[in-house]
Amino acid sequence: MLTIEWLLLLFLIVCAVAVSISKNLLNSVIIFMSYSLVMAVIWVLLRSPDLAITEAAVGAGVTSVLFFLALRRIGQMGHKDEEEK
Amino acid sequence: MNEELRNIWTQFFNWVMGNGPRPENEVIPPEPPPALPFSQKPTDKFSRFHEATLKERYTQWLELHGLHLFSVIYSGLSVLTCIVIVSLLLATVAELPPFGHERNPANNEVIRRYVQHGGRETGAQNIVAGLILDYRAFDTFGESAVLFTAAVSVLMILGASRRNSLKDSQNPHTDPEGRNFSQRGPPVIRHHLLRKDDAILQGVASLSIPVILMMGCVVVINGHLSPGGGFSGGAILSTALILAANAFGFERVHNFFNERTFIVSSSTALMIYALSKGYSFFTGANHLHSIIPKGTIGDILSAGLILPLNICVGLIVAGTLYGFYALFSEGDM
Repeated sequence: MLTIEWLLLLFLIVCAVAVSISKNLLNSVIIFMSYSLVMAVIWVLLRSPDLAITEAAVGAGVTSVLFFLALRRIGQMGHKDEEEK
Repeated sequence: MNEELRNIWTQFFNWVMGNGPRPENEVIPPEPPPALPFSQKPTDKFSRFHEATLKERYTQWLELHGLHLFSVIYSGLSVLTCIVIVSLLLATVAELPPFGHERNPANNEVIRRYVQHGGRETGAQNIVAGLILDYRAFDTFGESAVLFTAAVSVLMILGASRRNSLKDSQNPHTDPEGRNFSQRGPPVIRHHLLRKDDAILQGVASLSIPVILMMGCVVVINGHLSPGGGFSGGAILSTALILAANAFGFERVHNFFNERTFIVSSSTALMIYALSKGYSFFTGANHLHSIIPKGTIGDILSAGLILPLNICVGLIVAGTLYGFYALFSEGDM
């Protein structure tokens, strides 16, 4: 169990660094989603399932959706949007 | 083997850095003419490549004024500040009490009281729910009110600009020079980019939306028995609404959840919450005993007011989060 925790923590750090060095904003948001998901698993391992549910719903769900929305409004979603404008 | 590993690493690195392989049918635009300095396109402001241009402008400014000593001192001082702050923070973290130790300041008599008597005093099996909706229900009331106020502010600002532009487009008035002042405030872009005929998305959505809705309801209603509660359950419900709006279009969701529904349900929920918990503000919470029976611990109908309060918070959170999405996406609910 301890090995899994260490692996998850390592993945968390890698995600956190990758979010900030990624040049593509869409990739950043997706990595941030996976960060929240791993954080939810860590909350379960830390015996706080309440926080885990909230983190999975808000961090990985609603926040990312709002980020995607913001990316679409500033036209950073990719090439497809720009063609259709 | 080694070659393959290096290949995979190069691909991953390229993906992280954002220069992945381009699809074959992509039309590569012709090279733009070399831009004049200080005439960047406005969209560059949002991408991270703007940092490069900032640095260029900084070096140009330095060469113009001949302030090389200043730049050296500036970099040295910034590095020094960074090191000092980081070492201060690390020293503070090193001085923190060990994680989960029983002699920590957080493990005081308050937490002991909650753990020992929480179940009997609140009737909730989930101690966290008993804590945030019974002992500290007034805090949660403030949080719900903050969420509701934020959603209403967004509704006022974005909705007002849309209503004005609608009104002006019906009877447009122009100034003497012929310019049209129909756009008051920021123009609301109606995105019809969402494809309403996406069979895969609609199929997956129609399968998963009932499951997500059920999950949200279970999390809200079982808030006093199992992990979860109003806030997380409301967030799950709002993701189901957002998925429905993306798959079937905002008009379909508008049929059963619109601005009016949001205002009525949220303000009713807030009023119920305020009426049921506001009294402790006037009477003092400590020596007041609730007349509502606690019930048996573990039943659905137990724990006094926690179940209705959970439903109230869930309604507010679901409406607010979906409202944010709908307002920022469509400018309307």
